[in-house]
Amino acid sequence: MLPVFTALRSSVGKKILMAMTAFSLVLFVVVHLLGNLKLLSRNSNAFNIYAHKMMSLGGLLYVAEIGLLLLFLTHIIIAGLIFIGKRNARPVGYYMNKRLCKPGYNFIGSTTMIYTGAMILIFLVVHLMHFKFGPGIKDGYIKEVDGKSVRDLHRLVVEGFQSFWYVSFYTAVISLLGIHLSHGFWSAFQSLGINHPRYTPLILGVGILIAITLSLGFISLPVLLYFIG
Amino acid sequence: MKNMNLNLLVWRQKDAGSKGKMESYIAENISLDMSFLEMLDQVNEDLIKKGLDPIEFDSDCREGICGACGVVVNGQVHGPQRATTVCQLYMRNFKDKDKIVIEPFRARAFPVIRDLVIDRSSFDRIIMAGGYISVNTGGAPDANSIPVAKEIVDKAMDAAACIGCGACVAACPNASASLFTAAKISHLALLPQGKIERKKRAEKMVSQMDKEGFGDCSNIGECEAACPKEISISHIARMKREYFRAVVDEIEK
Ligand code: HEM
Ligand code: FES
Repeated sequence: MLPVFTALRSSVGKKILMAMTAFSLVLFVVVHLLGNLKLLSRNSNAFNIYAHKMMSLGGLLYVAEIGLLLLFLTHIIIAGLIFIGKRNARPVGYYMNKRLCKPGYNFIGSTTMIYTGAMILIFLVVHLMHFKFGPGIKDGYIKEVDGKSVRDLHRLVVEGFQSFWYVSFYTAVISLLGIHLSHGFWSAFQSLGINHPRYTPLILGVGILIAITLSLGFISLPVLLYFIG
Repeated sequence: MKNMNLNLLVWRQKDAGSKGKMESYIAENISLDMSFLEMLDQVNEDLIKKGLDPIEFDSDCREGICGACGVVVNGQVHGPQRATTVCQLYMRNFKDKDKIVIEPFRARAFPVIRDLVIDRSSFDRIIMAGGYISVNTGGAPDANSIPVAKEIVDKAMDAAACIGCGACVAACPNASASLFTAAKISHLALLPQGKIERKKRAEKMVSQMDKEGFGDCSNIGECEAACPKEISISHIARMKREYFRAVVDEIEK
């Protein structure tokens, strides 16, 4: 009667996928931040050692990267479907429209998910071009780790963060990620059917806390590296 | 208090096929004790006396219980007062010389038939898909023969307060019908008589809702804020759980 595939394409199912990919992405972002904090280590090779360890995972790293790509793709495609659906669902708009929003929910985040998300996507492309597909050993970014020559990612990051514009762009997009998560976190719970008079306000609060902590964590890096070098 | 004169800007549309537009009217000599719809009645009487077409709008009970009425007043569904249908909105909420913008509820699944009147049969089809319980006719069962816990009754009653006016759809930035559908699913799933068909109901009603061309729910909460019966979006979460139940049941089979 209700095959799983049909269920996942329903309005409820789409949001289950949205919430599950979202939670995974949040987890990824947290781990990413923890890794980045190595940049602040007094040992200027700490980040390279960490990166080298990741690289030596070999096949496992590819699996993780493909998984991550699928997560992003699923999240973005459904975001697009929801956006198109919403456009179609109201062909004639209002002459005058006031948002009320139940107090406690945050409509700055909730009504801008597609825009904050799109900015994250643009950032993602720039970010990957800069780091993943950017200059490497043959361009002179070399450091020694365990007697092997590896790509000097630490220097690449620090150099990138010497540009005022790059630091500003980075800070702006990470703030948008914070706004995305300020609604996204609690929203993902609701999408999974988790709502409780006592715990939902708590989830809302924790979501905002996570959004702020993650944003400040990421922003601290370019700002510290820009001013301290 | 003195009576008021108001400047109205109202959506006029001849029929479903034609293009509408906003038109200005002056509502003269409006008493503060009138309801919003009585104000429109008076404007219409003046229009009819001048030989013009009256502004069409829906209403029935005019006491906030039937769900027939519903317009957007100054950008707010059912007007500025919370937990109130537009028929129960009184003119004391407005001041002399106020400008009042009046529009129909907007959604593809709620096409405008004329002026402020919309076709909400998409809601009827969602109900027809499963918003009922199947019982044989016969003598009415004894009252209280099936005990139901107080907390459950309270929740079911909160959901059953839905009058199907469509305010949730009109207020939702995505034009989603999730709050309406969830209220109906939730109300019946909570009660013993409704539990029997809960899986089929959740599946059928959600799929009908999707077919009607409403948007998806982004958990924004505008629906709850606009709902004249203050139905909580926690019922939307219950709808999702009911739907999962239907899916899990399918896997078990
Ligand atoms: C890469 C581009 C991204 C786009 C285009 C995007 C877009 C969106 C959109 C439109 C929604 C709202 C869905 C709805 O209306 O129900 C959403 C939800 C969400 N997003 Fe993103 N997003 C992106 C990246 C991210 C990232 C990197 C994270 C995590 C750090 C994230 C976390 C979330 C969360 C938690 C939700 C809530 C899920 C739910 O409502 O069930 N998103 N995203
Ligand atoms: S006319 Fe019945 S609810 Fe307004």
